[in-house]
Amino acid sequence: MNTDTSLVTRSHEENWLPILELAAEEVFEIMVGCRVKVAGQSEHKPNEEFTAMVGLAGALCGILTVGCDAKTAGEVAQRMLGDTVGSQEQVADALGEICNMIAGNFKNKLAGTDGRCMLSVPTVISGGEYSFHSLAEGSCMETVVLFEGAPIAVRLQLEN
Amino acid sequence: MGKTTALIVDDSSVMRKIVERSLRQAGIELEKVVEASNGAEALAALQNNVVDLILCDINMPVMDGLEFVRQAAAMESAKGIPIVMITTEGSESHVVQALTAGARGYIRKPFTPDQVKEHVLPVLGKKQ
Repeated sequence: MNTDTSLVTRSHEENWLPILELAAEEVFEIMVGCRVKVAGQSEHKPNEEFTAMVGLAGALCGILTVGCDAKTAGEVAQRMLGDTVGSQEQVADALGEICNMIAGNFKNKLAGTDGRCMLSVPTVISGGEYSFHSLAEGSCMETVVLFEGAPIAVRLQLEN
Repeated sequence: MGKTTALIVDDSSVMRKIVERSLRQAGIELEKVVEASNGAEALAALQNNVVDLILCDINMPVMDGLEFVRQAAAMESAKGIPIVMITTEGSESHVVQALTAGARGYIRKPFTPDQVKEHVLPVLGKKQ
């Protein structure tokens, strides 16, 4: 049973990470007007002062997070709005929407989840002094994309 | 058709602004934009405003977009107003649910201004 689970987990990571990266690249290109470059996760670690989260339930259960430093989050919001960002709420709102669209784009690209995977509304945490613990066992896929050279972490934790 | 009054329903204020900008980029002259952050607010807005077009998200707190479309379809004051969904929910079942409830168009996020043009102009009776 454990072997089966680890095989499924490894299969997810191998097969779905490129889909997650493509989903993130498309969202940044279309909605932010900026091509991001996938950097992998080992070299670049963002200081996650803003973390947006969207829950997945149904055929896929888990959570997708997008994290970056405050300056990068502000620049993403400014590029989305095409205007000066007025408040921290707008920055959080913009990053939450980015996370929401990456989650939606990712699940729309997966075969077999049609209508059976639901997304929560986004939640955004600001402030970097926290640690994240999931009580569910499962797999975690993570990538880092570079937005104008600044790292943004995109992480998908799925329950088994 | 003259200028358009649009009701934009999305829980994200950033997304409401992007949708408004996309409508302008599509060449739609906007008389007024009414904003609502969920379906319940949108129903209230329909009581107080005459609108020509509704663009609506699906995943929202309080009342989601599908329920809004169902309730709006039953409102006398909302009869004939075209509703176009703009949402991350891209599954065929969501599209079918939305169109069955009364939506006239469906745009998946992320979207380009050209996609907004392609889906919105026909429901306003305008040529692309």
